[in-house]
Amino acid sequence: MSFLYLVEHDRGRIDETTLGGITGARILAESLGAELHAVVIGAGAASAAGGLDAYGAEQVHLVSHPLLTDYGPDAWGESLFQLAGSVGAGAVIATGTDRGNEVMAQVGARADLAMVANCLEIEPDGDDWLMTRVRWGGSLHERARLSAPVKLVTLAPHSTEAAATGQPAAGTVAEFTPELGESDTVTMVVDRVTVSEGITLATAPVVVSGGRGVGSAEAFDIIEELAGLLGGAVGCSRVVTNNGWKNHKFQVGQTGTVVAPDLYVACGISGAIQHWVGMMNAKNVLAINIDRDAPMVTKADWAVIADLHQVVPAISAEITRRRTLAAESG
Amino acid sequence: MRILVCVKRVPAPGAKIVLTPDAQDIDASLLGFAISPHEECAVEEAVRIVEREGGSVTVLTLGPPEAEEQLRAAVAVGATSMVLLPSDIPDWDPVSTSAALVSAIARLEEEQGEPFGLVMFGNESADSGGFQVGIRAARSLGRPMVTGIKGIDAEGDSIAARRETPSGWELYRLPLPAVVGVKEGINLPRYPTLKGRMAARRAPVETMEPVAGSSGQSKVMLMTPPDAGSAVEILGEGPEAVPAIVDIMESLGLV
Ligand SMILES: Cc1cc2nc3c(=O)[nH]c(=O)nc-3n(C[C@H](O)[C@H](O)[C@H](O)COP(=O)(O)OP(=O)(O)OC[C@H]3O[C@@H](n4cnc5c(N)ncnc54)[C@H](O)[C@@H]3O)c2cc1C
Repeated sequence: MSFLYLVEHDRGRIDETTLGGITGARILAESLGAELHAVVIGAGAASAAGGLDAYGAEQVHLVSHPLLTDYGPDAWGESLFQLAGSVGAGAVIATGTDRGNEVMAQVGARADLAMVANCLEIEPDGDDWLMTRVRWGGSLHERARLSAPVKLVTLAPHSTEAAATGQPAAGTVAEFTPELGESDTVTMVVDRVTVSEGITLATAPVVVSGGRGVGSAEAFDIIEELAGLLGGAVGCSRVVTNNGWKNHKFQVGQTGTVVAPDLYVACGISGAIQHWVGMMNAKNVLAINIDRDAPMVTKADWAVIADLHQVVPAISAEITRRRTLAAESG
Repeated sequence: MRILVCVKRVPAPGAKIVLTPDAQDIDASLLGFAISPHEECAVEEAVRIVEREGGSVTVLTLGPPEAEEQLRAAVAVGATSMVLLPSDIPDWDPVSTSAALVSAIARLEEEQGEPFGLVMFGNESADSGGFQVGIRAARSLGRPMVTGIKGIDAEGDSIAARRETPSGWELYRLPLPAVVGVKEGINLPRYPTLKGRMAARRAPVETMEPVAGSSGQSKVMLMTPPDAGSAVEILGEGPEAVPAIVDIMESLGLV
């Protein structure tokens, strides 16, 4: 039996999330005695396919068609659905990213089968699968049962670390040409806009984040100053977004951006569960809050129980003072 | 444009999620409820499109009878009419949810003699996060759908839709009738006016009985993830803590 894993790529480039996903899929396939096949769809597929054997792909399916010029949920979903039928796959797996969930839902809709999103752990139970899956953006887990002739699942992003197998698998390459029509290309990407930003919130090594306690849009100046000094990005809570103090693109949390910096400085943020799931993977958390019992304070590594309007500018001043000293003496 | 928005009522937990003793649900006895945030933005976007272009906004929900509150909240900010599919079953699986919504949409369109130009969903519900109800519904309705949408421009008989990626935007163009899954951040939802709230209180709710189906997916139980435990070190109660803070930043190589 074979399991298919959908390789996500951006015109040929694969990222770390996908390599983690294929690692998770390989571990699952191994535990169930199945062979793992990687599926690479569309333009750039051939360059994305190289090296997948190192992650345990026994076979790589290169899916190509003149109409597969770019990403499109229908074109990708239809292709994957047809391939799964043609190889008689026992399971189709993707990573629970925007695209992964979207394409797998398209497959589920076409196959009229359940699709279980964002699984953390999967174990067999007879012919069924029992899985732990993510709810509430990660603040709650669900035990779910899936009984279906073909199992359709996505794996929660980052739930398995990318790991090459010591011994590369066969990695034979098979070409597959799906039958596609114009109706499958209606939802294809028609254009792109590249926005080049310096440090992005999602990947910044430091995030200095402000909540309701900051009090106004103007008062975010002190948050921005500190973020700038630390070479980091500015974040905020949903209250800040809802009040119009900051644009939503700064929002950290379940319905905002998920961050994992080396240091997260939470200024005047209470630590509601929906905010916490957005930054719980920060390596270090410093909370500045007037309330000693705020969840952000009790869950942080370090906390200062004080008014952020005094403490934050004082931190910036102290960093500047030490840098000036170092520059003078060095 | 005639727009239909599917919304979900979800509890609004605070710092911690508490489960019912049978671990089947969140203990919501002390919690407030809200429209799931992505859908709240979908309602706002629909109202804005209709304010510009004319038309109507119908909100539809499958949920407990109390979900009427969330429908009225949508009417208070500008939706025109509301439809409730009341059900006491707490957790509909995605396949059945989509089937119930599709049959309601089909009935509404038959009654009104024309399809909705745009059907909107939230990208995923805040609570169960299945990432698929809208896509399944679109497939059953035979309409194109894209998810993750953070920008919509109506352009006559099509819409241009934008999706955010790590490096910028992807653009899609969908002929109407179409379906989109919207993400929070597409707009900043307005607060209801007093007048809006009064109107919402009096507005009629249409109800239709949903028929529960089943799929291969079922919930066994809910679990709260293990707590990392707290070992917070309090560095001080005012600016006197600043040297200690900057020492830490220095030790992390940031100063
Ligand atoms: C489905 C759903 C999804 C959500 N998604 C998100 C999300 O993605 N991101 C998100 O952030 N929220 C999200 N929320 C909202 C979340 O539940 C909280 O309401 C929100 O995070 C609270 O923001 P806050 O901490 O800024 O405000 P509050 O909870 O009001 O906390 C303010 C804090 O500031 C402190 N404070 C006040 N004044 C000062 C001062 N002068 N100096 C220092 N400290 C001070 C207070 O002690 C308090 O701890 C979501 C909610 C729901 C229901």
